[in-house]
Amino acid sequence: MASEKGVMLLDFWVSPFGQRARIALAEKGVQYEYKEENLTEKSELLLKANPVHKKIPVLIHDGKPVCESLIIVEYINEVWSDKAPLMPSDPYQKAQARFWADFVDKKVYDCGSRLWKLKGEEQQAAKKEMIEILQLLEAQLGDKKYFGGDSFGFVDVAFVPFTSWFYSYETCANFSVEGVAPKIAQWAKRCMERESVAKTLYDPKKVYEFVCFLKKKFGVE
Amino acid sequence: MAETAKLLGTKGSPYSHRAEVALRLKEANFEFLHEDLAHKSDMLLRYNPIHKKIPVLVHGEKSIVESLIVVEYVDEAFDGYAILPSDPYERAMARFWARYIDEKVIPAFWMSCWTDGEMQKGFIAQAKETLTTLEGQLKGKKFFGGDSIGFVDLAAGMVAFWFGILQEVAGINLLNEEDYPVLCRWADDYCSIEPVKESLLDRKLLVAHFASKKEKIFATKAPVYD
Repeated sequence: MASEKGVMLLDFWVSPFGQRARIALAEKGVQYEYKEENLTEKSELLLKANPVHKKIPVLIHDGKPVCESLIIVEYINEVWSDKAPLMPSDPYQKAQARFWADFVDKKVYDCGSRLWKLKGEEQQAAKKEMIEILQLLEAQLGDKKYFGGDSFGFVDVAFVPFTSWFYSYETCANFSVEGVAPKIAQWAKRCMERESVAKTLYDPKKVYEFVCFLKKKFGVE
Repeated sequence: MAETAKLLGTKGSPYSHRAEVALRLKEANFEFLHEDLAHKSDMLLRYNPIHKKIPVLVHGEKSIVESLIVVEYVDEAFDGYAILPSDPYERAMARFWARYIDEKVIPAFWMSCWTDGEMQKGFIAQAKETLTTLEGQLKGKKFFGGDSIGFVDLAAGMVAFWFGILQEVAGINLLNEEDYPVLCRWADDYCSIEPVKESLLDRKLLVAHFASKKEKIFATKAPVYD
């Protein structure tokens, strides 16, 4: 990477982790170049920008790469600090935001993957866990407009990409997010009213098509 | 906030260590409340109901959990020593390497200690790779944080002090001066820093503790408290 001025994002269309970065950039009104990666044939640029993990997303800002989606979002928030603050300014509120974003990171993706990868009892266990996760998040949201309060914040950015996977989770494991965590379902709809989210997330049916492709690839019935 | 903070932790935990050193670097007023992890206190369960783990920092009536989140909080809430850099890119790098330590370095080393046979060989290969990568980040610096210790040094406290102890108990020799001269030099320097020294248990005590739990840890691959 030459020290080219500008912002580039190495990403994969349906990745909820990449979408966090895209949403943060959109909220901040940052112009950037999007580069779609073929994850079965990773580009030289990706391997050079993220030699440790070789994963997307990678944000390259003026030639310098930033990796790991939540680290990228905090970076975006700190560099483009003049608009749309994604973190509260109070240290305790920041710690809370980091805790819940970390909770989403540790729990949602893994459990969600088990919902479509597994069958029978194992899938039932994953379903029970997912319901618990959604209900914990719902309790945290409470009656607030967003996890960030009145303003769309760090936890919202961390979690919202997974809302386009709800349909896949529901279909594979036979449950309803609205049924088990109605406030989360309503929050997801509110987030979709934001341009940054609406323009970034894919139609849940398209995500489900992708999940079906993955299921075939992994030999899951 | 002039109020005394309370840190729920244990001297034996490298995660608790991170929080304690952060508070010491800030010369913060705090009380260390020792948790018996075999019998978790009501206070711990009240302040960390989701993960039920230490460290927990109680500041005012607020609780902060997850060691690296506690360290960032301490850095922001207390004046004085700068634990994280101020430049956004350097901060992103610090967070990246702290996460790398948590997600790659520690698990590979831990599992290298408590497995055997082919499985152990696999983990040892991983551990060697992660230690090499980590050592590479020191490149000519005294500490990961530069001339003074910072976020990544605190995150790597387990490498500096606990890794030597664990490998001694487990009977392996992964982190040694011959293979990792720079990392070992850093470990000595890190452990000599006053706030770090004050937070570390006597090495012999920790060796005895892990030796006494060796079989149970080998069976469960998890830390054992009772």
